[in-house]
Amino acid sequence: MSVRSKVIEAIRQIAKEQKVALPELSDDLSLHETGFDSLAFAILVARLEDDTGVDPFTISEDAAFPATVGDFVRAYENVPA
Amino acid sequence: MSPREIFALRDHLGAELKGRTISDAHDVVSLTDILSQTVLGGRLRELSGRAVLLKLSDQLRSGLAMIELDGIARRMLLCPPDLNPAHLDALIADAGIDAVVTDEPDHWADSGVSLVVTAQLPPTVTAPARTERATEWLMLTSGTSGVPKIVGHTLEALTGAIVAEGSARGPAPVWATFYDIRRYGGLQIFLRAILSGGSMVLSDPHEALGDHVARLKARGVSHISGTPSHWRKLLMSGSAAQFAPAYVRLSGEIADQAVLDGLKAAFPNSSVGHAYASTEAGVGFAVNDGLEGFPADYLGNRNGVEMKVVDGSLRIRSTRTAHAYVGRSAAALTDDDGFVDSGDIVERRGDRYYFVGRRGGIINIGGLKVHPEEIEAVINRHPDVRMSRAKSRKSPITGGIVVADVILTEGTDPTRAKEIRDQILERCRAQLASHKVPAVIRFVEALDVTPAGKLARTDA
Repeated sequence: MSVRSKVIEAIRQIAKEQKVALPELSDDLSLHETGFDSLAFAILVARLEDDTGVDPFTISEDAAFPATVGDFVRAYENVPA
Repeated sequence: MSPREIFALRDHLGAELKGRTISDAHDVVSLTDILSQTVLGGRLRELSGRAVLLKLSDQLRSGLAMIELDGIARRMLLCPPDLNPAHLDALIADAGIDAVVTDEPDHWADSGVSLVVTAQLPPTVTAPARTERATEWLMLTSGTSGVPKIVGHTLEALTGAIVAEGSARGPAPVWATFYDIRRYGGLQIFLRAILSGGSMVLSDPHEALGDHVARLKARGVSHISGTPSHWRKLLMSGSAAQFAPAYVRLSGEIADQAVLDGLKAAFPNSSVGHAYASTEAGVGFAVNDGLEGFPADYLGNRNGVEMKVVDGSLRIRSTRTAHAYVGRSAAALTDDDGFVDSGDIVERRGDRYYFVGRRGGIINIGGLKVHPEEIEAVINRHPDVRMSRAKSRKSPITGGIVVADVILTEGTDPTRAKEIRDQILERCRAQLASHKVPAVIRFVEALDVTPAGKLARTDA
């Protein structure tokens, strides 16, 4: 499974658990518009760390938290192997 | 001049009850004849009036030495097996120790302790001794990372709950415990065995659980106690089959409904009860209705034990509490009114109080306080879960999140893991505030339990 599909699947799973009605996910969608609160993002980052072995937001001190879904996915895609 | 008669352990023993024994995995010693025997090589007289450190590598010699020393020594400090040797000097100074009973006399040759007495098995014949004084019993607190605190008790306080319950009808019990008898929970059981006229089967940390249970069965154990973690391990091991004690007791940790129900299912003909006790607060009460928590009307004064809740924490005043912390910089053990603050947080729901966790065990989740035990209680109620542990994990988003490690009941189909995880999360969301719902659930094979029998929370 590609990193992108892992991220998207985790977002959908947490949305289901948290009873968040997700709008259609596109790269341009701002994370704010997903309906996720900070707890939902915290869960997402923790699960993706377990799944992919990386937490791109802790590795780099100066990494700005992404603004859009596309930025978020790329943060995982661009982690050096 | 006899202000008040002093009873020591020897005064609860006598040759009239036949067939009493105390045993471990290697030796069986008769309690019936014990008053005319010695494990101290007949050197008990030398220890009269002394402050004695009991530092032995096994429980059997420790128990036999306690029987001899009580009523003779001025005080005795019980060293649990996991005591960090680096803390010994501080404890010896704080307790004013001037004699040691040990099975490793070579270790003490240059120690500065003036009197070293070797304890050995088998016991040898000696003239029975007479009680001279009320010996002070010193025990160590568990669970602290620094030097443990020394807690001072009397035999009268230690046995207050046992005497209050009175003797049971029927044959004398054969007691066993998963605890070490040099800790409060285990000592209670050792004292019960002696005061009840019964026998005692000791645990052995090097023995496999299946062998231990086989020994419990072979020795006819009828009454047995342990922490919920001990009991969950037994239930998981599958060794409980064919063992049928009359009385199963839990203490030392929160007994949640899941473990009570699990024991009731495993031991359908046993009575299952949980007791509330701590080294400092002594035995508070026992609950025998099969339900977690305790009835709200236990607060107030009940059988000489007074309880109240202050800032959520249970406070206890009774003649069974310890009388002081011992040592140069010892803090006060009680508040101004003589109540011991247990640090155990309770919450009232309906006509019952429930334990929600330790005040010192709170984890911080995004600035909100969370008791891990409260989350574990919800997870443990899932029928496929045997045991769980909640803890905090760092999060770059919220600072911290809750994660949980879960052990499934033996024989659970591993392909159901995802389904079970979803069900656990659903239950947690229904019953807990959202920040308490685990972000991640991991299924694990084992969880660490401390030497004191409690779920290890050190890295929480």
